[in-house]
Amino acid sequence: MEKKKTVNLSLKQYGMVFAMLIIFIIFYALTGGTNATPMNMNNLIMQNSYVIILATGMLLCVLTGNVDLGVGSYVALCGAVAAKLIVEQNMNIPAAFLIAILVGTLFGAFNGFFIAYLNIPPFVVTLAGMLIGRGLTYTLLESKTVGPLPDSFVKVGAGFFLTKKIEFGGGSIDLITILIAVIATALVIGTEFKKIKTQQKYGFAMVPTWQTGIKLAATLLILWFFFFKIASYNGIPIILILMGVIVAIYHFITSKTVAGRQVYALGGNEKAARLSGIDTKKVYFWVYTNMGFLAAIAGIVLSARNASATPKAGDGFELDAIAACYIGGAAASGGVGTVIGAVIGAFVMGILNNGMFLIGLSTDLQKVVKGLVLLGAVTFDVLSSKNKN
Amino acid sequence: MSDYILEMNHIVKEFSGVKALNDVNLKVKRGEVHALCGENGAGKSTLMNVLSGIYPFGTYTGDIVYNKEVVKNRSIKDSEKKGIVIIHQELALSPYLSIAENVFLGNEQMKVNGVIDWTETRNKAQEMLEKVGLGNENLDAPINTLGVGKQQLIEIAKALAKKVDLLILDEPTAALNDEESAQLLEIMLKLKSQGITSIIISHKLNEISYVADAITVIRDGHTIETLTKGVDDFSEDRIIKGMVGRELTNRYPERTDCPIGDVVMEVKNWNVYHPEDPHRQVLKNINFKVRAGEVVGLAGLMGAGRTELAMSLFGRQYGQKISGEILMHGQPIQIKNVKDAINHKIAYTSEDRKNYGLILFNDIKWNMSLAALRSYFSQKGIVDSNKEVLEAEKYKKMINIKSNSVHQAVGSLSGGNQQKVILAKWMLTEPDVLILDEPTRGIDVGAKYEIYCAINDLAKSGKAVIVISSEMPEILGTCDRTYVLNEGRIAGEISKEELSQERIMKCIMQDNNKKGE
Repeated sequence: MEKKKTVNLSLKQYGMVFAMLIIFIIFYALTGGTNATPMNMNNLIMQNSYVIILATGMLLCVLTGNVDLGVGSYVALCGAVAAKLIVEQNMNIPAAFLIAILVGTLFGAFNGFFIAYLNIPPFVVTLAGMLIGRGLTYTLLESKTVGPLPDSFVKVGAGFFLTKKIEFGGGSIDLITILIAVIATALVIGTEFKKIKTQQKYGFAMVPTWQTGIKLAATLLILWFFFFKIASYNGIPIILILMGVIVAIYHFITSKTVAGRQVYALGGNEKAARLSGIDTKKVYFWVYTNMGFLAAIAGIVLSARNASATPKAGDGFELDAIAACYIGGAAASGGVGTVIGAVIGAFVMGILNNGMFLIGLSTDLQKVVKGLVLLGAVTFDVLSSKNKN
Repeated sequence: MSDYILEMNHIVKEFSGVKALNDVNLKVKRGEVHALCGENGAGKSTLMNVLSGIYPFGTYTGDIVYNKEVVKNRSIKDSEKKGIVIIHQELALSPYLSIAENVFLGNEQMKVNGVIDWTETRNKAQEMLEKVGLGNENLDAPINTLGVGKQQLIEIAKALAKKVDLLILDEPTAALNDEESAQLLEIMLKLKSQGITSIIISHKLNEISYVADAITVIRDGHTIETLTKGVDDFSEDRIIKGMVGRELTNRYPERTDCPIGDVVMEVKNWNVYHPEDPHRQVLKNINFKVRAGEVVGLAGLMGAGRTELAMSLFGRQYGQKISGEILMHGQPIQIKNVKDAINHKIAYTSEDRKNYGLILFNDIKWNMSLAALRSYFSQKGIVDSNKEVLEAEKYKKMINIKSNSVHQAVGSLSGGNQQKVILAKWMLTEPDVLILDEPTRGIDVGAKYEIYCAINDLAKSGKAVIVISSEMPEILGTCDRTYVLNEGRIAGEISKEELSQERIMKCIMQDNNKKGE
């Protein structure tokens, strides 16, 4: 007779989600609800989109046990290339985007080549990349701001998807957003059922139903709260779609593909990975090339949102992206971390920034708080996994 | 009434409710070499950690009486002050510091506080080195230029520098070859004659019965018995009986007749140069072959080039300017990297399973699937995670891996079970040739037996198996045919009928003489 196997959900896995909610609630109280207004929810997305895109790529670097210090500079450089081509060369927008993305990807490949094939430590290579990228940006822009950018460019960073608004409770609500929320709900529930089905089919350990229920209810609550707020504002920002697609793709790559597993294996034990037939050089090369690619997209988005390209753009973004990964549970030594974790980490920082701004805390002190949160999150992570052993 | 330097009475140590030590008693007489035996996980290292203060007073119950006084060690520093020094399996040396600096690491010689007295350091270091037979070494050479055997001796010199009365050695010879081990044992006996008491933990029972005056056997956290030289039977079989609780009449499973088939892999004129020094030839004109269903041994002293040979064959992971030919099933093949080797159905398990074999914080299923990820566990680049669980469960049952589930991190498994995970990982690549480099290093007798059974099963299923081992009895017990390597050459080939420890050593000696002529 086979005993029915069960396994509990680990609370630690959702620790950062709780932390994010708690921070949000604290600021809700401190700002008297201002941080939950539709407009502010919309701002949260728009302000943090590029950090989230960068954190997705940075997670791969962190998984290998390294970081990319240059992303802030690549963001600036690629934004500048796109802006310059469009404003001064009158190039059409898709072509300019393509060239900017190419520049970013090539920069990443350049780094990747030194790291993977010449064995130069990533810290050094990307530190050099940081200087080179920033220097090239200043040179290209002649230390001036280029703008204003045409509306169709700006739309990428600040525009909205199709809307179909109706009157609702004294305001308006966008039906397309609601439709997307419904689709998302169906996807969340569907995935959970599919998981339960395979667990039953193979007799794997099951999560108790009440726990699955709570998890589902909480996920859907957050999802609907968010989409409802967005719907009451201007609908789905284009940037949200872009971000969602990127996060979904990279979540899939890291959790389901051979390529993703190879990155984890490399970060976990490079020598063992190599002796298991993994081309570790190739993995390094593509991880850093990919970082350049995503930095280019973030650069385009950032200059679109600012409606201009400035030489100082993206300053310090690398640190935000790295912090997002660590707060989201990635290990500095490599091999541990998830894309979803990094996204949550980015939101934790974003909600903090936004909340502190709303209550009028000085930017100087904001940095202190952010530093303490990063330190606290990682300390908690390290200590709790130590206790487990 | 004998004079006991150390008495550990009724020691109980719990880890989150599990009793790792349950009423353990250990009595060590002054001036003797006392061996501690037991299977992996029996509690030997835990007991020594209690003694040396790594688990401070208060985290265990029972008392420790040292030099007739009850001691309450709160840290390693505490116990070292009293003259108790422990040398762990993982050496505590700083690789780029010099020999002299390492001898006084953490115990620096100073005239003024905080300022190192170099003259004193060098003089005393020389004195300590002479005691361990390393008087001719260059004091200023960085420690990483020495071999493991000498590093182990430096650790002892370091302990001597701390004015040690009770020296604890945890698996001191695990990484050493026979020659180096013998040297270390001699040093232990020499120290004994100078009045230093030592406790040795070792799996190598022949060494224990040679060097020890008394043996305490621990099993599952209990003291089973203490054997005294001259009074009790000191044979290996007797010790094993105490360790496993039953008579293990045969330490090697019977090699039932399995038909030996055609040649699977043949290596011709294999030459390899040192990876850092293009003029130093490490492997010289190696020729050998393995047949289906055959277990072939690669014997030799440490540094003979066995691991280097395996690694250079396995996707050129060692050396440069590699030349020679590899034939699989009679066909010459080209191997440029590990992936090629795996595709040509060659598997290699490293001698260093923690650093080269496993991702310790990943779970059993991920470790098992890693080498066959692309060929077996995925379709169009997407990993089938259900298959991973199912296959891992299957192999867990098949080769008896003891764990709660396949979702457990391999770092928490015992050495024997880790080795089984590695074996499963490579069996999943469906190889024709398996090269097993020191497959039983540092694992206990029971797990060794299971590994040998697995090797036999592999051979029976028609695979060719190459076993590299520094333990000659292991070669004798498992192999059908043996090649002896010496200084990068094949010194000889010995059939099962002729195989003996003496024959292997003779082969090496003859080869050395040949070179001398």
